[in-house]
Amino acid sequence: MQTDSGVHVSSYGFSFLIFAVLLVLTGVTVGVAYVDLGWINTPLALLIAGVKAGVVLAYFMHLKWSTNLTVLVAIIGLLWFIILVAFTVADYMSRVPVQGWLG
Amino acid sequence: MIEANPASNYLGAAHGLRSWLLTRDHKRIGVLYLLGVTFFFFIGGAFAVLMRFELATPEADLVASDTYNRLFSMHGIVMTFLFLVPSIPASLGNFLLPLMLGARDLAFPKLNLLSWYVFMVGGLFTVAAAAFGGVDTGWTFYTPYSSTYANSNVMLAAVGVFITGFSSILTGVNFIVTIHKMRAPGLTWFRLPLFVWAHYATSLIMVLGTPVLAITLLLVAVERLLGVGIFDPSLGGDPILFQHLFWFYSHPAVYIMVLPGMGVISEIITCFARKPIFGYKFIAFSSMAIAVLGFLVWGHHMFVSGQSVYAGVAFSMLTMAVSVPSAIKVFNWLATMFRGSIVFDSPMIYALGFIGLFTIGGLTGVFLGTLGLDLHVHDTYFVVAHFHFIMVGATVMAYLAAIHFWWPKIFGRTFPENWAKFAALMVFAGFILAFFPQFVLGYLGMPRRYHIYPDEFQMLNVLSSAGASILGVGYLIPMVYLLGSLRIGKKAAANPWGAKGLEWKTTSPPPVENFETPPTVEGDVYEYKNPHVVRPPEVTLARG
Amino acid sequence: MHAADAQLDHHFDDIHQQREAAGLGMWLFLAQEVMFFGGLFGAYTIYRLLDYAAFQEASHHLDVTIGAVNTAVLIGSSLTMALAVRAGQLGNNRGVSIFVLLTMLLGAVFLGVKGIEYSDKWHHGLIPGLHFTAETVAGRGVELFFVFYFVMTGMHALHMVIGVGLMLWVLRMAAQKRFTPERHAWVENLGLYWHFVDIVWIFLFPLLYLIGRH
Repeated sequence: MQTDSGVHVSSYGFSFLIFAVLLVLTGVTVGVAYVDLGWINTPLALLIAGVKAGVVLAYFMHLKWSTNLTVLVAIIGLLWFIILVAFTVADYMSRVPVQGWLG
Repeated sequence: MIEANPASNYLGAAHGLRSWLLTRDHKRIGVLYLLGVTFFFFIGGAFAVLMRFELATPEADLVASDTYNRLFSMHGIVMTFLFLVPSIPASLGNFLLPLMLGARDLAFPKLNLLSWYVFMVGGLFTVAAAAFGGVDTGWTFYTPYSSTYANSNVMLAAVGVFITGFSSILTGVNFIVTIHKMRAPGLTWFRLPLFVWAHYATSLIMVLGTPVLAITLLLVAVERLLGVGIFDPSLGGDPILFQHLFWFYSHPAVYIMVLPGMGVISEIITCFARKPIFGYKFIAFSSMAIAVLGFLVWGHHMFVSGQSVYAGVAFSMLTMAVSVPSAIKVFNWLATMFRGSIVFDSPMIYALGFIGLFTIGGLTGVFLGTLGLDLHVHDTYFVVAHFHFIMVGATVMAYLAAIHFWWPKIFGRTFPENWAKFAALMVFAGFILAFFPQFVLGYLGMPRRYHIYPDEFQMLNVLSSAGASILGVGYLIPMVYLLGSLRIGKKAAANPWGAKGLEWKTTSPPPVENFETPPTVEGDVYEYKNPHVVRPPEVTLARG
Repeated sequence: MHAADAQLDHHFDDIHQQREAAGLGMWLFLAQEVMFFGGLFGAYTIYRLLDYAAFQEASHHLDVTIGAVNTAVLIGSSLTMALAVRAGQLGNNRGVSIFVLLTMLLGAVFLGVKGIEYSDKWHHGLIPGLHFTAETVAGRGVELFFVFYFVMTGMHALHMVIGVGLMLWVLRMAAQKRFTPERHAWVENLGLYWHFVDIVWIFLFPLLYLIGRH
């Protein structure tokens, strides 16, 4: 639904639906954590969290109905965080082990 | 010619301290910032004077070692965070951006005023830290010294910098929104003055980089309060992690400090060459490229820290890449001047100084970014010389160029050109004498942050200190004639330099609402008539 | 249109420009918040990689049920906030008041539960620096985990407290009937802020509570 000013308004039903989706995904997060999937557990937990965040961004924060510029700002924020973590992790992961360094 | 009516311009519109301290007018806020940054410049400069006096002799005869550590630390902190970062954007950017965009104010005037108060409070904490004895960690706050072992006012200084950072963020948000949403009719992106492009790129860095510094200083504070090993290796932490987080902001920060200056130079070169700028889009896009690439090179400050060699290689290569857009700008400025009709007014003298000194500073940055070479010159005076060539030789000269260029617009007064030319030349000469010897000193092996050195380095140090004195006098002279112009200067016309851009189409000083009637933009911005391009008649006829 | 004119700030040309500017400004602020928390998440990531065993041991001191319930509470507060925004968009000031109050309530529940968790950590001697007396197998990394636990959830909680403060302001505006379909940026932006705080927790919960639980 759109108001006269062109603003997208979500219905009650839709908002409750998103809430339910988020609750279900929270349950999945917890459930999956207790299943041994080896190294996949961590990336999977992050993936589910990412989906939940995406749902909040798109529907509660109205990104789905926002301008391209707004979406770009959200993407850039995420991308810059990834740059910070990726480059820093790359340093640690590419260090040659030195005898006597922390355990 | 547009006459200025004193009662109807922003300076005369209201009187009294309250009208300034509670203003929402971006022009007044720009002037408030101008006062603030000037104040902090002289405080930071005072620390530098003491340092250069001490360095005139090889022994530690003026100040104790601990005091010297505090001097260079406070000099760096005050100059970086309280002067260089806000210098052009917060004073001139605030004043000029709405005018250049044909707008009545920035998008968020109240947030703008708040940013000034946040800036002054942060500055107050930092100056308080100095008053209580300063910090001795260097402006870089490296751990575990800053987080565990230092006995100086780390918390006070860190809190000061933390608070000041939010001023940056608020300014950046304001600028980005204003540029996106409040351009005058007809003002498309590629008709924007390059000053605006430069501030757009700067604002992106302010918004994305500053928060990381904030959280990093917070972690240092937590470590200091609780002693829990976030950055202390003896407790399981990693000091290099601090460096990653610190430089993630502090490298892009140097582009915050230089990009606005580049925007100023673009405006001045085209005006005083009487020629449209060469390669407008290249300059615009190069600002954006610097902003983006600038975030990918921070590890070049950490080549010898213990960072992985492979990371070092990657950061080194990316550092080569980030130098390219800067070089593109220099070539475009030179091409603009080529076959132009150069006018050697004082803003142009500063601008020409910028180009030469920035080129040297930038090239030496490439030396430092070369992994193998950096092993020899890291933490020497070579580094000190490099960044002073950029920060002082380039940025401060651009700042002075901008002050002189837009002074008539901001205050409605002209200043004595002869004094200005003299001071500009004095600044240029003093700067080279002060800082070029430092390249030699660094290459010969004199470490930075040392106040004791071998006797054979004294000559170069004395030259440097002498140059610093000349530079200092050169900075004081404009204070005299610029302040004097407010009283006895001739009233300025709307466009005393014959420049293009919307800000010159309104009175000097501008009215409160900036324009009598909101402007519409019909053509490109730098439509200076090129003095030497005259089509031979045969060509015109052949085209039919 | 007089009603709209009265709500237009003098430096904007029209109400659309004003609303778009407010929204863009808020999203830019959120981008910098991402980088603020990002520094913490980045540091956490490095230490988790360097000493996974210690982080795993430390994580097992946290109660998953409490964490999960609190997550549900916070998501619930996101729902009520979304409904508050909806009310604002429709110019329904009473609706704004009701849903903002519900959001504050749920936020308070979350903070209360967090407070209980914190005091539980104190009783078990898991407060880094001040009172860390718990037995550890994996070494000092366990204490380092709790530094991040307290700083990250503490910073998150601080943002929630600020959010609750902003809600009080919005309640005042709603009581003054200031929200209309044309002008309700405060509610919208508060909503964006609150949802962002929710997203931070969406990542905090698995990263802190669910390390190696199988």
